[in-house]
Amino acid sequence: MSPDQKNEAGFTFTIDGVEVTARAGQTILEAADEAGIYIPRLCDHEGLRHQGSCRVCTVKAGGRSVAACTQPAEAGQTVENETAHLTKMRRDLVEMLFHEGNHLCPICEASGNCELQAMAYRLDMTDATRFPYLEPCRAVDATHPDIALDTNRCISCGRCIRASQDVDGKGVFGYVGRGIHRRVAVNGDNLADTDAEVTDHAISSEVCPVGCIIRKRVGFATPIGERKFDKGLIGHEIEEKRK
Amino acid sequence: MENGQSSVSRDAASTGEVSAVPAADITAICAAFDNDSHRMLDILRTVQDRFRCIAPSTMDAIAAQTGLTRIEVEGVASFYSFLSLTPRGRVTIRLCDDIVDRFTGLADVTAAFEDVLGIGIGETSADGAFSLEYTPCIGMCDQAPAAMINDVLLVGLTPQSARSAAEALMAGKTPEHLISDRFDELSPQERANRMVENNIRHAGEVLLGPVPADAGLAKAVEMAPAQIITAIEDSGLRGCGGAGFTTGRKWRFAAAETAEKHYVICNADEGEPGTFKDRVLLTERPHLLIEGMTIAARAVGAREGILYLRGEYVYLRPLLEEVLEQRRRRGLLGESILGIEGFDFDIRLQLGAGAYICGEEGALISSCEGLPGEPKTRPPFPVNRGYLGFPTVVNNVETFCHAARILDRGAGWFHAMGTEGSHGTKLFSICGDCLNPGIYELPYGHSVWDILEMASGQEAAAVQIGGPSGTMIARDSFDRKLTFDDLATGGAIIIFNGDRNILEIVEYYMSFFVHESCGYCTPCRVGNVFLQKAIAKFRKGLANPDDIDYLKDLSATIIETSRCGLGMTSPNPILSTLQNFPLVYSAVSKPSKDGIRDTFDIQSAIDSARKIAKRRSYLYDRDFTK
Ligand SMILES: Cc1cc2nc3c(=O)[nH]c(=O)nc-3n(C[C@H](O)[C@H](O)[C@H](O)COP(=O)(O)O)c2cc1C
Ligand code: SF4
Ligand code: FES
Repeated sequence: MSPDQKNEAGFTFTIDGVEVTARAGQTILEAADEAGIYIPRLCDHEGLRHQGSCRVCTVKAGGRSVAACTQPAEAGQTVENETAHLTKMRRDLVEMLFHEGNHLCPICEASGNCELQAMAYRLDMTDATRFPYLEPCRAVDATHPDIALDTNRCISCGRCIRASQDVDGKGVFGYVGRGIHRRVAVNGDNLADTDAEVTDHAISSEVCPVGCIIRKRVGFATPIGERKFDKGLIGHEIEEKRK
Repeated sequence: MENGQSSVSRDAASTGEVSAVPAADITAICAAFDNDSHRMLDILRTVQDRFRCIAPSTMDAIAAQTGLTRIEVEGVASFYSFLSLTPRGRVTIRLCDDIVDRFTGLADVTAAFEDVLGIGIGETSADGAFSLEYTPCIGMCDQAPAAMINDVLLVGLTPQSARSAAEALMAGKTPEHLISDRFDELSPQERANRMVENNIRHAGEVLLGPVPADAGLAKAVEMAPAQIITAIEDSGLRGCGGAGFTTGRKWRFAAAETAEKHYVICNADEGEPGTFKDRVLLTERPHLLIEGMTIAARAVGAREGILYLRGEYVYLRPLLEEVLEQRRRRGLLGESILGIEGFDFDIRLQLGAGAYICGEEGALISSCEGLPGEPKTRPPFPVNRGYLGFPTVVNNVETFCHAARILDRGAGWFHAMGTEGSHGTKLFSICGDCLNPGIYELPYGHSVWDILEMASGQEAAAVQIGGPSGTMIARDSFDRKLTFDDLATGGAIIIFNGDRNILEIVEYYMSFFVHESCGYCTPCRVGNVFLQKAIAKFRKGLANPDDIDYLKDLSATIIETSRCGLGMTSPNPILSTLQNFPLVYSAVSKPSKDGIRDTFDIQSAIDSARKIAKRRSYLYDRDFTK
C-alpha cells in the first residue's frame, strides 16, 4: 500500500509529539494502540475490518483531517490527536449520534458498559445541547428466544455486520436505506427468521457498543461500581500500556 | 418522524399486495446477467421495470441466484430512489423538483397532474396504474418544469400541457405516444431530439463546433501509450466533472500500475443541480465521447470500459447503445481496433437508478460493482485499485471529449486557449432567470458579467456557480472570473433575480443534500439534517443572532470530518450566502426578549397531542370562546 516505505521493518512518526513506531500497512490508529496512545473510536473494533464511518477517530495528519482508523501511517508524519479542536469535533460527532437515535441512559441496561456514553464522558459532553433531537420511531425486535434488538439505540457503527460476516461467517445483519434513513437491519423478516445464535461473536457483549443488541435474561446483572466504565475512562486500558 | 418510513409504504396500503413474481422470471433475469452479483443494479432495475417493485420474496430469489444474502440485496434495493420495495404505478411520473422548476411553475404543474390522476405526490393510484412523485434535478433546468414519465421525458411543462399529458395517459396512451404517434418508427437520435432541446447557444472551437470523425483516434493509434499521456499532460487538460484534477497525471498513475486488467469509466452521472452539459454532449457528440474513452483505454492499457449513465438519462440509452453497436461494426470498438493487433476495447453501459452520490467516483465504482452507491475508503485511489480492485481511470464525459480533440489538434492548440492553469474551453450550462438558458462553450477566463450578458440575465441579484456544492455570489462579485483558481465549476451557473428568496434557495439545497447523503458517515448523515432544521428556523423567523454562529460552527464540523466530497461541500449553500448575503440572515434573526433560545417550539410540540385529543390546549392555546 505504501511502496515508499523502506522495508517491512518499521518507521517512526509522531502523535502529539510522541514518537511512535509503525510497520508498513498499519493504520495510524493501529500504530497508536500498540504505542499506548488512545485515539477515540466507535465504529472501529479490534479484530474487525476497518469501516471509517463514525469519524470519531478524526486526527490531523500532516495538517489534513483524516480518519485514523483507515489512514495508513506514514514515515515522518506529524499527527495531532488530543487537541482542543479535535476533541470538539469528536464531541460534536458523539452528540450527533445521541440526537439521531433515542438514548435514555437511566433506563438502558447498557448504561455503564456503553461506549457511546463512555465516550461522551471522556470528551466532556457536559454543556447544554444545541442540536435538535430527531426522535425517530424505530421498532424493537424481540422475536428471537435469546436475543432482542432495540434499534432506538443503534448508532450504525456496523460492528455487528462485520462480526457476523467475517467472524461468524453468517451475514445476520446488513445496512439498508440511504441518508438519514440508513440503518442496520436483519437478514430476514425479523431476528427469529435469521440464523443468529446467542453464542455468535456478533451478539457478544463486546461487539455492540451500545444497548441495541441485547442478550435476554442477563440485563442489569452487573452492580453499579463494577460495570466496564465504572473503573476508568474509555481507552484507559490502551493508555495504561504506556505508563 | 425523521427516520420513519418514507411515502412508499403508504403506497403499499393503497395498492394492496402485488402478485408474487414467478420464480422462472427471476431466474431468467439473473441468468441474463450471468447470475453475477456485480450486476445487481442491472438485475434490480430490470425487475423494477417489469414488476413495479422488488418484494421480499423477490429479493430472496435474487439472493439465491446470485449467491448473496437477502439483506445484501435489500441494501442495494433500498438505496436507490428509482427502486422500491413496495409497488409503484405501471406509469411512474417523476416531476423534477429543482429550485429552478419551483420558480417556473412546478406547483401549478403538480396540481394539474394531481387533479387529473386523482392522487397526490408520493401516492400510487388504487388500481396500480399511476405513481406521482418528486425527484431532484433531472438535468433539464434550461427547459423547466420537466418530468420523467417512465423512460420518457417531458419538458417545458405548463399547467395546460401537464393536464393534457395526464388526460392522455388516463385515456390509455403510452408515455412514448405522448411524444409522437409514430414513436416506434423514429430513430433513437430523433426520439432524443423530440423529447429534449439541446439549446446550444454558443459553440466553441473544441467540442460543439465542427468535429471530424475519429481524427483523434487515428492519431492515437500512431502513437505509443506514453506519448498519448504526454500529449494530454502538455495540453493542461483538467477534469471537467468538478474537482479539476489534471487528466494526464491521472492517466499516468493508472498506466504505471502493473495489473492483470485496467478499466476506463466515464462518469455520466451529472447530478449536480443546474448541470446539463453532459446530456448535450451525450446527445450531440456521443461518438466523440466513445473516441475519447477508446484513446484513454489505449493510453492506460484497458480492454474494458463502462459508461455510467444516470438513471434520469435513461431516454438516451437507445441512442448510446446504437452508437456503441455502430462503432463495433466499424471496427472502432471490440477486438483489433482499426486493424491493430492487440488493441482491444469494449464498453458496457451501466444505468444508475436515482442517486446523486453515484457521481462521486468511489460511489460510482461501488454502483458499477452492484453495491449501494457508497464512496470507497481512500487510499487506495481508483487509479491504483478501483473497479473490482483493478486500476481504473474515471473521467467526466466532457473530459474524454476534450481528450479526443487534443489528440487530433495537438496539445499546443488546446493549451493556447483559456488562461494560465485553466486551459481550453469549458461547457457552461446556464439556467434560471435569463432569456437564453442553455449551453455555452467558452474558453476559461470569462467573467460572470460576460456570461450574464450572453444569456441576457443582467438583472441577476445572485448567481450560483457550480451548483449547490459551489458558491453563491452577489452583484459585487460579478467581475470574478470562471477559472479553476477563481470561480471553479463543473459547469452549472444558475441565475436568480431580485425577486427570489435566498433562504428559500438555501433551504432547498440543504434538503437536496439531506436526500442525497449516502448516510455512511455521521457528520454528513446527521449534520446536514441539523443544518436543514436550522435554516428552517430562520425562514420561520424563530432564529436569533447566536444561530448564525451555530450554522458556521456546525458547518465546520461537517466539512472537516466528512468522508467524501458530498459532506465536505454540503454546507456551502449556507456558508457562501452567510458570507455574500449576510443581511438575508440578520434581517430575519432577532435576539430573544427573555434571553432564552427558542430551540423548543411549544406549539409544534403539542400539535400532535392536540390532534389526538381533538381539543385545544388549556395552557398554551388562547380560549377563543371568550
Ligand atoms: C458528491 C459528488 C458528486 C459528483 N458528481 C459528479 C458527476 O455527476 N459527474 C462527474 O463527472 N463528476 C462528479 N463528481 C466528481 C468525481 O468524483 C470525479 O472527480 C470526476 O468524475 C473525475 O472526472 P474528471 O477528472 O474528468 O472531472 C462528483 C463528486 C462528488 C463528491
Ligand atoms: S460525506 Fe459521508 S454520508 Fe455524506 S455522502 Fe460522503 S460518505 Fe456518504
Ligand atoms: S473509528 Fe474511525 S471512523 Fe469510526
